[in-house]
Amino acid sequence: MGAIEVEKITKRFDGFTAVDAVSFVVESGEVFGLLGPNGAGKSTLIRMLTTLIPPSAGNARVSGFDIVHSAQEVRRSIGVIPQAMTSDLDLSLAENLIIFAKLYGVPRETRARRVKELLEAVELEQWTDKPVKFLSGGMRRRLEIARGLIHEPQVFFLDEPTTGLDPVSRVSVWEMLMKLKKERNLTILLTTHYMDEADKLCDRIAIVDHGKLVALDSPLKLKASIPGANILEVSFSPVPEGWLDTLKSLPDVARVTAVDHVFRVSSNNGPRTTVALVEAARGAGISLVSLSVQSTTLDDVFMHYTGRQLRDELQESAVYDPSFMYKK
Amino acid sequence: MDRMWALVERDLRRFRRSPTLIFVSMVFPLVQLLVLGYAFGGKLKDLKVGVVDQDRGVQAVKLREMFNAVHANARTFQTIDYHDERAAVDDLRNGRLDAVLDIPPNFSRDVLEKTAPRVALIEDNTDNFIEATLQGVFAPLLGAYNQPATTAARVPTAPTLAVVELYPYVPYIQYLLAGSTVLAIFVSAMIGGGIIYIDDKARGLHEGYLVTPITKFGLIFGFNLAGTIKAVIAGLVLAIFGSLIARIPDPFSPARLAKIALVDLATSLALISMMFLFMVRVNDPLVPRATFGVLNTLLFFPSGAVYPASAFPKWMRAISIADPFTYGVHAFKELMLKNTSLSAVAGDLTFLFLFAALMMAAATALFRRTL
Repeated sequence: MGAIEVEKITKRFDGFTAVDAVSFVVESGEVFGLLGPNGAGKSTLIRMLTTLIPPSAGNARVSGFDIVHSAQEVRRSIGVIPQAMTSDLDLSLAENLIIFAKLYGVPRETRARRVKELLEAVELEQWTDKPVKFLSGGMRRRLEIARGLIHEPQVFFLDEPTTGLDPVSRVSVWEMLMKLKKERNLTILLTTHYMDEADKLCDRIAIVDHGKLVALDSPLKLKASIPGANILEVSFSPVPEGWLDTLKSLPDVARVTAVDHVFRVSSNNGPRTTVALVEAARGAGISLVSLSVQSTTLDDVFMHYTGRQLRDELQESAVYDPSFMYKK
Repeated sequence: MDRMWALVERDLRRFRRSPTLIFVSMVFPLVQLLVLGYAFGGKLKDLKVGVVDQDRGVQAVKLREMFNAVHANARTFQTIDYHDERAAVDDLRNGRLDAVLDIPPNFSRDVLEKTAPRVALIEDNTDNFIEATLQGVFAPLLGAYNQPATTAARVPTAPTLAVVELYPYVPYIQYLLAGSTVLAIFVSAMIGGGIIYIDDKARGLHEGYLVTPITKFGLIFGFNLAGTIKAVIAGLVLAIFGSLIARIPDPFSPARLAKIALVDLATSLALISMMFLFMVRVNDPLVPRATFGVLNTLLFFPSGAVYPASAFPKWMRAISIADPFTYGVHAFKELMLKNTSLSAVAGDLTFLFLFAALMMAAATALFRRTL
């Protein structure tokens, strides 16, 4: 039995389908990422799994409990970090944790010990009695991670845990999560639109787009699943007629696309294709303006499966997600 | 229970650390008590009445002497002599006078001949209070003037009215204290049960609660209880400090304070649960702010807090019957002004507790434990 089992779960808002018949299983102890732009349906999906919104169709089980019929059991077994930072700014770190310990029904005799342990685990023990309003964004996020673990849940949900944080804080939150996961054998489901975050943290990634699950596998396998192990970005001057076809005919080339005079060449052998490309340009009497060779990234994976680049979609799709609008 | 108390604890800790909130919820009703109490409570004094004596006869002099007696004793008005009626009326129109009393030529002759003698009181009827006060003074003055001079009998032969007052004189500020106390509770309910509740919801704080195993009733009762405790504190502070300001006799009598605390609890519970019902489906933080003034007017004034409800038109009396303010104000008046027993306010307490139960049941039915 998986820690999270999702079967054809669907959510519709007034005729708009935010999540469309998504199915997957998250194994116990796994870190599972939902990767997609804002408005793809990630938050709606996580809200259904954490009992915050009821599904329109399909079903899901978390820790073996049905999210609709056994919602209270689901709530007892999960820890949730919502997208918005929801700690009480006027209360101290310890007070915030104690109040949530009570809300989760943690026995009185273990509350204080657990607060101390968790604040040590997220390296905030020196701030125990200070009001949360004095903490930086990254520290507040770490406090919320501690809050989500106060009742020792089996499954931990994080909705965009590093959105809005500076790069240093993001890395700090990642390290904290990996440490806690290792220590507590947690099953983690997180949503993100940062590819590096998904790549770094997740054992498996589900790419979600327009409410549908378009790909699901480990980061390595996802990268391997698309043609070309390397991406060459190259521009020429001038660009002769039929040059695209010439590039396609080079050795080990899997695919070529052109955007604004920049050619994007997917190659199964980057160095061989690079040499052939330089020779072809010299032979045709044209000069190379720029050339870069990269390994395949999750952005390439996303582009392959959805036909678009993830970063281009961030703002455009946000307005279509009613649950995102609720935040405003 | 622990879960519900966690909500209460959180709210009270925040309240304790927010001096501005405490100040606003308690000081505003105290200021209102002071300003309204003294603005409405006093008698009108030193109104300016222009007297145009065109007669100058014995009867006119007698009348003017009576006016001067009023000026010397009750000081309701002072007289200013005019020789020209037009100048006096001009000053009345320009606000330099509050009224003009015109004694026409031949007034003394008409009095003696009993041929319909008249004096004219020319008033600025844009101010109802001054108009009514002057009519209230001049009508009996003329009545006294018309009485023949007789020697009073040792034993009155005509029936007279003997007024017996059960309680000491109640100045308006004391009359208003009950209303101000309920207003303090309402302000606290509006801030705690309305504004802060919706702000927390919009900030996503409730999302944090909804993913915990607290029950729907636990959430609602927790929110209500937290709001009620704050409102009870606001009500008690107002009742105590207001009693001192308004000079209510024996304000610290333990029995009276206990009864006031009970009414305070019932009123707080009723107003908080009503506010929670109003806000249970609201997400926009502007809504409670926008409705604050309307609700305040709609509930406070028809309650009889500033004026007796029996003077209201039918539609206002209908509001007054359903308005929990009415019962809170009535109960507080009974206890503050008369120090009655609990049986005198049993009806009010029953209404308030039943009202609170009804509001909470409706809020529970409407509350969504999802986003």
